[in-house]
Amino acid sequence: MATSSQSETAPITTHRLPSGMTVLVQPMPWLRTAAMTLALRAGIQYEDDSESGLASMVCEMVQRGAGSYNSRDLVAVQDNLGIDRNSGVSTATVSFGAAMPAESLARAIEIHADVVRRPHLPADQLDDARMMMIQELRAIEDEPAQRVMRRVRELHYGKQLGRGNQGTLESLEKITSQDVQQFYTSRYQAGESILSVAGNVDVDEVLQMASNSFGDWHAGGGCDSPKPDGKSGYEHIEAESSQTHIGFAFPSIPYGHPDYFRMRAGVGILSDGMSSRLFDRVREKRGLCYTVSASCHSLVNAGGVFGYAGTTPARAQETLDVTLHEIEHLIDDLCEEELDRWKVRIESGLIMEQESSASRAGSLASDFFQLGRAIPTEELSKQIESLSLESVRSYWEQHPPTDYRIVTLGEDKLCIQSDGCDD
Amino acid sequence: MAVMTEFKQAVLPNGLRVVAETDPRGYSMSLGYFVRAGSRNELDPQSGLSHFLEHMMFKGTKNRSAEDVNRELDELGGQSNAYTSEEQTVYYATVLPKFQHRIIDLLTDMMEPTLDEEEFETERNVILEEIAKYEDQAPFGGFERAMEVYFSPRGLGRRVLGTGESIRDMTASRMRDYFASRYRPENIVVAASGNVDFDGLVAELETRTADWSMRSSTDHLPGDSSDTLPDGISLDRQIAIPDAVQAYWIGIGKGPSSADRNRHASRLLASILGDEGGSRFFWELIDTGRAEVATCWPQEFSDCGAWFTYLVCVPDDLEFNRKFLSDIVQRVANDGVTADELEQAINKTTAGYIMQSERPSNRLFSIGSRMLMHEDYVNLDESLERIRSVTREQVAEVARQYLTERPTEVTASPVA
Repeated sequence: MATSSQSETAPITTHRLPSGMTVLVQPMPWLRTAAMTLALRAGIQYEDDSESGLASMVCEMVQRGAGSYNSRDLVAVQDNLGIDRNSGVSTATVSFGAAMPAESLARAIEIHADVVRRPHLPADQLDDARMMMIQELRAIEDEPAQRVMRRVRELHYGKQLGRGNQGTLESLEKITSQDVQQFYTSRYQAGESILSVAGNVDVDEVLQMASNSFGDWHAGGGCDSPKPDGKSGYEHIEAESSQTHIGFAFPSIPYGHPDYFRMRAGVGILSDGMSSRLFDRVREKRGLCYTVSASCHSLVNAGGVFGYAGTTPARAQETLDVTLHEIEHLIDDLCEEELDRWKVRIESGLIMEQESSASRAGSLASDFFQLGRAIPTEELSKQIESLSLESVRSYWEQHPPTDYRIVTLGEDKLCIQSDGCDD
Repeated sequence: MAVMTEFKQAVLPNGLRVVAETDPRGYSMSLGYFVRAGSRNELDPQSGLSHFLEHMMFKGTKNRSAEDVNRELDELGGQSNAYTSEEQTVYYATVLPKFQHRIIDLLTDMMEPTLDEEEFETERNVILEEIAKYEDQAPFGGFERAMEVYFSPRGLGRRVLGTGESIRDMTASRMRDYFASRYRPENIVVAASGNVDFDGLVAELETRTADWSMRSSTDHLPGDSSDTLPDGISLDRQIAIPDAVQAYWIGIGKGPSSADRNRHASRLLASILGDEGGSRFFWELIDTGRAEVATCWPQEFSDCGAWFTYLVCVPDDLEFNRKFLSDIVQRVANDGVTADELEQAINKTTAGYIMQSERPSNRLFSIGSRMLMHEDYVNLDESLERIRSVTREQVAEVARQYLTERPTEVTASPVA
């Protein structure tokens, strides 16, 4: 029976194609579905400062017709195969995800090869794609929580690594068909790309499909990540909103750092679950807000802890003070039960991941991207299990949160204690 | 692959219904309490009470403090939460099968809350914050307003969260009375899915819930007067948002209920017309960058339904886009859909159902709600069969039925 333990997960096959693409396959024979993630080194960090938004524009344009399909056919053929798809641009990569009934996988891989290798990039659709992105930019303007977090991220990682994928009105206006063509040619390559597949699949068949579709693709594409250059500080955005929206971040280590889980467990104790410190002490005990949370974010060479709270103006100062106080005093009263609860949560999540091919394919790709290898669930599980409270405590003692980046949006500025509260 | 799910059901002597779709291969089990307590069951002085009560159910029982409840939910490691709609309140958790006994114990204990006065006062603030949070979020109360205008602000049009006014006026004793009147066994379905020990579940519930039929209401609230609006409610179809950048337009009209024989045809129609990718609205309005959002969906309730159309774009383009959208709708109402469109929608929808059902936790909601509202169970293969058998004629019929009349309109947009 599947539940006896997660040690029954099938081994992960890692295979490198001559082109430089890494193919990761994990069979999940108890499912009816399969899923794939295709990730290329064509993210935001490869844009010039003046062409902010270009990576997203190219991601949109490659899907407007490819191979023998025009834009509409491409959607129709995938809908008919039952392929549920998504795509997105992050700091380092562009990724295309697809989940489907298992029998559609072979076609899905072929179609994705068309999209990334043989896109039409129709010049007459550039303005439509541009308008679409402008709509997305405008949408964020009406979402104060997102605005705040977007700005926190810019402060945190700095100009190149911290900027969002949407660009600005000015930069989008300037993007030409030639820019799209150039970015596509230089970045959509096999070097350091990843194709992960999980679900009801046969390993050899998947490797054959990958080889047929991507084996002869040109190499190249990778290169080092820029350095983060964020800085601490406080900014306030004035707006007529019902709530004051508070976003903050402080530097931390990325996934893949040897101490990552010692740090991550501390953030879990702060914010994972209804008995976590922030939920219990900011919301449940004091009734200060509806939403308060903190979470970890990783780039390849930098990381951060990001947090958010939304509350009406009268309670905003107290909410900020109590939230930061809880973070700074995390290790004062750590107890074993808190760590145990967090471990059960992670453990359950790992086991339940076996129910979803899409979730597993995504994890395979992101683990490989961050660490340079896929981690078997059993190994991750052992790492989590072996964490001691003392190792969590000593990590946070040696690396206390500092250099906060804080952004608020609302009627009034808040007072940040280290600023001396002049206003 | 052979289907190994099995449907099981039982009715306890007190009237509480227990249903499960079991699968012994599952990595998890999900459990949910589905209670017929939603905003449509409230009177004016109770506005927002179903939802406020949902929050208070986490705030302690005679055996557990509020902290104990949250802590134990976390100890079981899975995902647990609750939500309230117009027609029901649902409490649910997904855990590893080895925790079945403990999650039944905990959720069942939560269904006997103390509704402590002090906790009530603290939680009132959290609810007010939740209301404020949604006021800042697009479309700025537009959907609630559309429901209020279309259904009237009572019954189905009653806001789930209530209003700032109704929440500030609420008392713990009114909540206790509402609890006693709604959380009776005949209003409750317990549903489970995944790797479930059904007999164990039924046995435990039978002893634990025996005295729930003693619950009864003593408060006699007067019926609402339809001459006045409830506190904090406006029926203005224009909502002015000072800082908004986009304009938000909502159309609402007649739609199928969740019992309607044509509900699958309606869902397919909505997919062809308004799906996020590949629909008629998508190609005309989204792919071209004319609008940020252009979509439609049937919102099914147990005894009636609403057809929503939703458009978001630059304020100056709203008038043009709205007309454009309404022409697309009229064409479908007059001419129906093509065979290719229907086939594509069926393929997409059935694949979506199959993928959704892979996690037992996703099945829980359809099993529980279906039983609570319709005393009915539909397994995945039957659902797929019903979708596959929809014809162009049926789609054309629902298009005529729901898309011919001009909808009631609500707009949220920047102050002129």
